[in-house]
Amino acid sequence: MAAVITPGKRAGWTAIDVVVAIWVIVPLLWIVSLSFKSPAAIADGNLWPTHWTTSNYSSIFQTSDFYDALRNSVGIAVIATAIGTLLASFAAYAIARLRFRGKQLLVGASLLVAMFPQISLVTPLFNVLRVTHLFNTWWGLVIPYVCFSLPMAIYILSAFFREIPRDLERAAEIDGATPLQAFVRVIAPLAAPGMVTAFILVFLFCWNDFLFAISFTSSNASRTVPAAIAYFTGNSSFENPIGNIAAAAVIITIPILVFVLFFQRRIVAGLTSGAVKG
Amino acid sequence: MTTTLTPPESPTGGQAPAPLSRSERKRLSKGARQEEHLGWMLCAPAVIVMVAVAAFPMGYAIYLSFQRYSLRFPNLAKWVGLNNYGAVLGSKFWWQAFLITVIITVISVALEFVLGMAFAMLMHKTLVGKGFMRTLILIPYGLVTVVAAYGWQYAWTPSTGYLAKYLLSSTAAPLTHTGTSIALIILAEVWKTTPFMALLLLAGLSLVSEDLLAAARMDGASAWQRFIRITLPLMKPAILVAVLFRTLDAFRVFDNIFILTGGANNTASVSFLAYNNLFKALNLGLGSTVSVLIFIAVAIIAFIFVKLFGAAAPGSEA
Repeated sequence: MAAVITPGKRAGWTAIDVVVAIWVIVPLLWIVSLSFKSPAAIADGNLWPTHWTTSNYSSIFQTSDFYDALRNSVGIAVIATAIGTLLASFAAYAIARLRFRGKQLLVGASLLVAMFPQISLVTPLFNVLRVTHLFNTWWGLVIPYVCFSLPMAIYILSAFFREIPRDLERAAEIDGATPLQAFVRVIAPLAAPGMVTAFILVFLFCWNDFLFAISFTSSNASRTVPAAIAYFTGNSSFENPIGNIAAAAVIITIPILVFVLFFQRRIVAGLTSGAVKG
Repeated sequence: MTTTLTPPESPTGGQAPAPLSRSERKRLSKGARQEEHLGWMLCAPAVIVMVAVAAFPMGYAIYLSFQRYSLRFPNLAKWVGLNNYGAVLGSKFWWQAFLITVIITVISVALEFVLGMAFAMLMHKTLVGKGFMRTLILIPYGLVTVVAAYGWQYAWTPSTGYLAKYLLSSTAAPLTHTGTSIALIILAEVWKTTPFMALLLLAGLSLVSEDLLAAARMDGASAWQRFIRITLPLMKPAILVAVLFRTLDAFRVFDNIFILTGGANNTASVSFLAYNNLFKALNLGLGSTVSVLIFIAVAIIAFIFVKLFGAAAPGSEA
């Protein structure tokens, strides 16, 4: 974008930004608003609370349950994302760049893993985790998360690796780099938009998973936030827990904001343009 | 280039491999063996994890689909061949759920693609608050699905929700009619997952060379022509991944339906049918059969996508 930024252009983009922001923010605002309403006012239908209260927030921090769940969520999601994107980037590089027998089979089979309805896998997986003593442990969630995020990560990454000009690797090889060095120093940085995208999507998949989290955990040792939310009861058994649920949702969305804000900067255009000229 | 031995390249550059002499071919086949070895070494960890975790549960689910097996009557369990498949495919509930699922999938993926492309363009190009907008657009995807669904359910229910209060007449209850329920389920899906599409398409956009677009602009191509002729074709691999994975997910829509309507008023999807059989009726045989049928339907969709996109598919030599 070498074009001059005119005031008209700036105003146009601001207008579009505002429209999109409204589409995103209004439903969010509703959940934030629910989290600040008192149990009595929760069903009054106002988009904005008439009387603000932080009782929902204080009530979810009354016991250690929510702290434990937060710790589990962060730990499990970070480990699973790190392992998942690393394994996926190896496989994706091979798929995008190398010729080997069984490649098509591998690509197809990994897609099958992504396609099977997970709901029907819960019972047999539960039995496997129990037999291997992984039930209700961090690894009991990390391993399934890695497995079921691999197909998408492999697809995303191989789509990016294949767009990187081959001449760059060859140049690195001629300069004496080993294939590993070429990958780490040349390919991975150039595929940064794809790496970051895969990283963010895998992280969100682990962070938000409910089905496995509720099925494969039984205590604070490994229960993640989405599963912990399901056990919210409100202050008494007659009270609707929606206020507490909303408060918990607001709290666990904040780490996501920080995470995305931090990583999205790496998605930039034109990294490869001009790299192979001359 | 002749001093070092390079592995035979898959012709992404478009040049046809030159005819080789006998000795060259011999050396190449050694290189090819090394390449094959490296390829498998790199894929092995991912393959091991996927096989170790997914193979047994998938096989077991398929096995159960041929069984008459209900947890309520475990003693009556027996092999019934394709009987379960006959029962499901002969049931009007399956076809009703199938139709609903197809409607939700087609409309929401189409809307998400158009909106997602618009959002990706905005995230890529906006001159005002780029980092802020990129983060903001992604938030709905970061929100726990069940919570987002609760929010919508509350918002659309008369007497508890702002949308029902401000937008609808006092007597309307949109979540109690099939048509409006489906529309609201689609809205919830689109709001929630458009960011997924937008992020993948944004990453695709970042690979489109600015030099190329600038050159096209010099040659007098309009913005629309540049988009259709340059940007879209170059983004093909990213589009395939985004649309394919979204479609696979949309076809298994469950959470939003579970919270918004509980499957009432003919709004059950095929996944909802599987859930009802597996966890409510505890009929593992029929539930597994429904799951396998969903799997087959999704596999057909994926196959069509990959064929349509051809060379843009991962691992294809083009």
